[in-house]
Amino acid sequence: MARSMCWHCQSEMAGEYFCERCVKVQPVSKDLDYFTCMGFPRRLTIDPRQLETKFYELSRAFHPDFYQNKSAEEQTISLGNSAMLNTAYRTLRDPIQRAEYLLDLEAGAVKDIRTSPPADLFEEILELQDTLDEYRAADRDSGAAATLCAKLQSERTTLERRQQDMEASLQQLFTQWDALQDRGEATDRARAERDRILKHMRDILSNRTYVKNIVNDLVATIS
Amino acid sequence: MARIVGIDLGTTNSLVAYMDKGAPRVIAGRNERNMVPSVVAMTDNGLIVGDPAKEHLTRNPARTVYSVKRFMGKGLADVQAELAYFPYTLTEQGGVIRFKLGEKTYSPPQISAMILKELKLRAETHLGESITKAVITVPAYFNDSQRQATKDAGIIAGLEVLRIINEPTAASLAYGLQQKTQGTIAVYDLGGGTFDISILKLKNGIFEVLATNGDTHLGGDDFDRLIADLFLEEIRERHGLDLQAYPDHMQAVRLEAERTKIRLSDVLKTTATLDLPDGKGRFTRELTRDQLESLTMGLIERTLAPCRKALKDAELTPGHIDEVVLVGGSTRMPLVRQRVQELFGKTPHCELNPDEVVALGAAVQADILSGGTTDMLLLDVTPLSLGIETMGGVMSSVIRRNTTIPAGAKEMFTTYVDGQTGVDIHILQGERELAKDNRSLARFRLKVPPLPAGVPRIEVTFLIDANGILNVLAKDMRMGQSQSIEVKPSYGLSDDEVEQMIEDSFKFAANDVSARKLIEARLDAGAMITATEKSLLEGSHLIASDNIAATRTALAALSVAKDGTDPRAIRARMAGLEQAAQSLTVALLNDSLTKGLQGKKVSEVT
Ligand SMILES: Nc1ncnc2c1ncn2[C@@H]1O[C@H](COP(=O)(O)OP(=O)(O)OP(=O)(O)O)[C@@H](O)[C@H]1O
Ligand SMILES: [Mg+2]
Repeated sequence: MARSMCWHCQSEMAGEYFCERCVKVQPVSKDLDYFTCMGFPRRLTIDPRQLETKFYELSRAFHPDFYQNKSAEEQTISLGNSAMLNTAYRTLRDPIQRAEYLLDLEAGAVKDIRTSPPADLFEEILELQDTLDEYRAADRDSGAAATLCAKLQSERTTLERRQQDMEASLQQLFTQWDALQDRGEATDRARAERDRILKHMRDILSNRTYVKNIVNDLVATIS
Repeated sequence: MARIVGIDLGTTNSLVAYMDKGAPRVIAGRNERNMVPSVVAMTDNGLIVGDPAKEHLTRNPARTVYSVKRFMGKGLADVQAELAYFPYTLTEQGGVIRFKLGEKTYSPPQISAMILKELKLRAETHLGESITKAVITVPAYFNDSQRQATKDAGIIAGLEVLRIINEPTAASLAYGLQQKTQGTIAVYDLGGGTFDISILKLKNGIFEVLATNGDTHLGGDDFDRLIADLFLEEIRERHGLDLQAYPDHMQAVRLEAERTKIRLSDVLKTTATLDLPDGKGRFTRELTRDQLESLTMGLIERTLAPCRKALKDAELTPGHIDEVVLVGGSTRMPLVRQRVQELFGKTPHCELNPDEVVALGAAVQADILSGGTTDMLLLDVTPLSLGIETMGGVMSSVIRRNTTIPAGAKEMFTTYVDGQTGVDIHILQGERELAKDNRSLARFRLKVPPLPAGVPRIEVTFLIDANGILNVLAKDMRMGQSQSIEVKPSYGLSDDEVEQMIEDSFKFAANDVSARKLIEARLDAGAMITATEKSLLEGSHLIASDNIAATRTALAALSVAKDGTDPRAIRARMAGLEQAAQSLTVALLNDSLTKGLQGKKVSEVT
């Protein structure tokens, strides 16, 4: 699914990444999304082993190691394709990154609805920031520090549970998304459902980022 | 395709290997040793490299360079703290360190090139063909400047460096080839100057690096230094001598420290001995393995944090590691083995010679590049995050550490002021928050057409190639024009400088070759003279007196020739001596055979 014409022999391209006539490697188009590049449908559940197998297969096809004896053009294509493949694999391998990437691709409908964290989460984070600052300023050996540390520890447990809950909800949305795609309906209802899932996913993803950052901060401070 | 050799350019030792009918093999030198000590000496007769240069460490310390790898891709400020340990004079020019050897100054890539030339010659002699292409290994944790410097060294030595590969991953190739392993392995590489840890997944011929970490300034040299400091301190106390004032003795201390350390890998107790200057006699010091271990424990511990970080980045725990492979001479230390074993909970592998496995792996990679081996593929990562300096001196990451290479990323730049005609970009490498705490790689200026602020759109592509080296491209998105960027490396040689150094190296080449022939002939003659004198002492009673006289005459003739400057004359006299001493040699051989048989039972002989 590279360009429609071979860069080398100018013949019509039917093969995927190699011209069928002159067998030259073709540049992966800049417009190709990572799902298509790796030959997977736009689904949020991907079998990691299948993905890895495909990654290894394409690595063998593109890697510069195998283009040492080839022309300068082919070497440049090999380098570009490998870099693109590595990015595609890295993005699709991680379920969260994969979902974020899919949101980017499908953004059209939900792009302009800006989200901010829900009020309660926002409050919680602000309060926690204060406690963190207090703890950082406190004398490490004092009783006050010990109390603060205990408080932070319990906050951490709560937040980590919250993160897990979010990930569970995401997982459900992923399944819903995939089912909707599999049905492939073009009705208004299906479209509305699609936008609902995307928006919901985006809200959770951005909240999760808040939570994750503050948890990282917490862990770094108290350990 | 022309043959490609694999080269391990080590801090202490360097080796060259090639693929010999499907199996990698290290090429030995004329002295039948596989390793070339990474030492370069500037003598009155020209440059010498390797074993003969090692002898100059104590004879001519100010003009004998060792551990040059520690200076690759560095500025003077980077090495300030350890300057006192090195006997040579260092200066800096254009952000690059220079060694002052006699009248001239040399950059680290130039010195490394001399070692590479020695290896090249070795390969050419052995293979009987000219060698112009190589794969060279570097520590996995080497940054962009250090990699570039290594590539420059290759170019100066007349080698096209087809690939820079990481030492631990090279080791894994040699190891994987041999063991046909599948699973997750950790390669722990502690050499003379650097430490690396790499975690790889091996599956169906794919060697996928999951994470790497390390310390490019931690190795056997540092252990030697601790021991040497101990000796120096005690010499000061016991003899009231400060050896700092005697560079030759400082080197002797360093070498004895290393020998002591090496012995303690096999025995529990040993004695170091050093001759002192100014007729102060001798210093002897007994050292136990326990003492060595408490001395070096801190340094060995320092290798464990990178191991944990690599595991964390690979999202693994020690239990996930199927096998641990040890690489590098310093992994022969029992405490190192013990600590690695404790960390990973597994007995480490050391079937392959830890000195050679990296060079063997480089040969495998060379074979992959030349199309010989097609079933193996190495997917390596970039060890350090790459970023750019943003407002407020903060580093913004563009390509994260442990990203599989080749790796690319694009960033869009624009202007802040109306009519601004350039945007300055500062590229950094490292994991720290602030730009100033990371390694500066390069600076460049994007040219922008004068337009209202925010209108220009320049897309910059950062591409880390399979060597782990950065390439930068810029494109004006409005005009669709690419611009070539002149990247000024912060710690590297410019293309012009490299060009000049290549030229210089040719200029010296003619001189070097004859100087080198002379040096080698003299060394061989010296060895022959010593051996013949010994034979005369042992065997004079075995042969006729006119034979003895003829041998002595030939011996004297060789001595005279050896002091001259004509290598051919020396070789001729050597041949003469060999002929004259032949009956002596034969007599001694027969004598030793008969002696060997005496006192043995008949059953033992047959
Ligand atoms: N038996 C031993 N016990 C302890 N240390 C040893 C032993 N044998 C060699 N070494 C040390 O190993 C180091 C050399 O190892 P090696 O040849 O693997 O390093 P290198 O490849 O030159 O360095 P690097 O990989 O860091 O650039 C020296 O510091 C040497 O003293
Ligand atoms: Mg090494």
